[in-house]
Amino acid sequence: MTFFLQMLVTGVVVGSIYGLVALGFVLIYRASGALNLANGEFVIIGPYICLILMTAYKIPFMYALLITLVFSAVLGLVVERLVIRPIQNAPVVSVIMATIGLSSLLGGAVHMIWGHKTRTFPPVFPQTPINIAGVIITPVYLWSFVVVVVLLVIFSLFFKFSKMGNAMRAVADDRQAALSMGMSVKYVYAATWMIAAVVAAVGGVLLGNINGLSPTMSAIGLTVLPVVILGGLDSVLGAIIGGFIIGIVQNLAGGYLDPLVGGGLKDVVPFIIVLLILMLKPHGLFGSRRIERV
Amino acid sequence: MRNLFVRESGNYKTSYSDDMKLFGTTGAKVKALLIVLIVLTLPLFVSNYWIGLFTLCAIASVGAIGLNILTGLTGQISIGVGAFLGVGGYTSAILTSTYGISFWIALPIAGIVTALIGGLFGIPSLRLKGLYLAIATLAAQVIILFVISRWDSLTGGTAGMVLNRPTIGEFSLSTNTGYYYLCAIILLLTVLYATNLIRTRTGRAFLAVRDRDIAAQIMGINLFQYKVMAFAISSFFVGIAGALLAHYTMIVSPELYNFHVSIEYLAMILIGGLGSVFGSILGAVFITLLPVSLSSVIDMLAAFAPDLYQLLSAFKDFVFGAVIIIFLIFEPGGLAHIWLNIKKYFKLWPFSY
Repeated sequence: MTFFLQMLVTGVVVGSIYGLVALGFVLIYRASGALNLANGEFVIIGPYICLILMTAYKIPFMYALLITLVFSAVLGLVVERLVIRPIQNAPVVSVIMATIGLSSLLGGAVHMIWGHKTRTFPPVFPQTPINIAGVIITPVYLWSFVVVVVLLVIFSLFFKFSKMGNAMRAVADDRQAALSMGMSVKYVYAATWMIAAVVAAVGGVLLGNINGLSPTMSAIGLTVLPVVILGGLDSVLGAIIGGFIIGIVQNLAGGYLDPLVGGGLKDVVPFIIVLLILMLKPHGLFGSRRIERV
Repeated sequence: MRNLFVRESGNYKTSYSDDMKLFGTTGAKVKALLIVLIVLTLPLFVSNYWIGLFTLCAIASVGAIGLNILTGLTGQISIGVGAFLGVGGYTSAILTSTYGISFWIALPIAGIVTALIGGLFGIPSLRLKGLYLAIATLAAQVIILFVISRWDSLTGGTAGMVLNRPTIGEFSLSTNTGYYYLCAIILLLTVLYATNLIRTRTGRAFLAVRDRDIAAQIMGINLFQYKVMAFAISSFFVGIAGALLAHYTMIVSPELYNFHVSIEYLAMILIGGLGSVFGSILGAVFITLLPVSLSSVIDMLAAFAPDLYQLLSAFKDFVFGAVIIIFLIFEPGGLAHIWLNIKKYFKLWPFSY
């Protein structure tokens, strides 16, 4: 039973990180209808900057994080301006390919600048694990859980009540109509990419605190794809809940089924779920259904 | 007989059959003949190293044409090509190495098995479009590679399998030149098939599905049949390419077919030109030779900065990504479009205005 609970809790906390990274996907998809496959690279660039600031320049964590977030925002803006805007109206395959190219480019740059060694974060959160009813949790996990919940609340409110959030929803719904109502679609896109990059950086810093930092961490960009599909590509709530579900299922499958097939199931189970979901409910659990007209 | 060096300066076709002709002018026929001649006599002029590279280009071209039939012609995005290459390679490896079946039987079977599996994973395409389909094919890739690396008794697991080069009777194709001829001939056949496919009823149905699948369905095109067919035909060629590649490198293992390979093939058809057979070849050659030329650039620069070798793989990734983005932004039509523009310019040269 403790084993089951431990797997469950690990699943929840891993899932909260997934949810955070998935949020970046969803934000960009909502606004521009593009899937940002370079999200994984967005996730690792942030913590690298943060780490360098903390170790090389001895800046305290909070300030380093702040600078990192500003940097990520600028990165998001630059990417939107240089890569995404010119191909806005291109077919889906081109946009997907552009983000894949971007991921290759950024990944190569990270490799060239920071090398391929795994680096450890200086301890930011308390290291002593907390023991709740026999289940062991490290504080980093708790923090990531808290951050995810806070961000979920913030974004729900943001999309519901703020002017920018409403503009984003309008643009996602119908770009032409939004344009003719006098909204600046360009501005909305830029803001979306900025926010998505910042969210990715937050997720990256948490992830870096858990596992240490290496360029291979960008694989999370692909790992998280099942999460967004499960939750629905355009649902913030779906991203978070999908994150928890995938995290839990992945850990349970890893814990119970891995010995039967010889390992590696953790990475595959999410994709099996994806195929099932796509067959049964193509728009995910919370995604909005689109009606096609000719 | 018209002058071969004068190009048609307008469109003088007066009937459908004229318009549909594979080789519209005498010039086109001569050109096709010349290309075949150049391809077949190439080994006489270049070194063994280059023949090896050209073999890889030819194999990649077969795969790229296959993918282009699916993505360029039918508009179904697949980012799981790597796994289908793997299916082809492994089928051939299992048939020839484990069961001792001749390569000449194993090659078409590899294509057919891949076509079946491709068709199977093509079924979701009926309900899924665009991004969702892309992710479904990505899922296919992950699942297929997982099965390959875990099915130890059949595939040798993560260690992979070893293959031999094929033989014709007493004559072995173990030299680079021999294998180059095999791949070149298969490439020529593939090109012939693909260019013909576009002219047929099936090809036109594919184009209609690409442009607007619901509209196509209303006009009486059986979407399910044609979408699955596109997946199957495309996977057939990808499987053949996978088998050829496996017998060329003489080894198969799951890492050789990872996500990066899928991206490379997608990049080939995007840089080459979506929906263009000639473009697929240009793109395949471009993407195959890009890392090679980058390596030689690094070799030259390494004389000044010896540390550069450690950066090589990262540098390749960087340039690969940059090239993709630059093409998408500045020449979405790809190399095929550039070639077309050059041809257009010379059509009326030197009197173009």
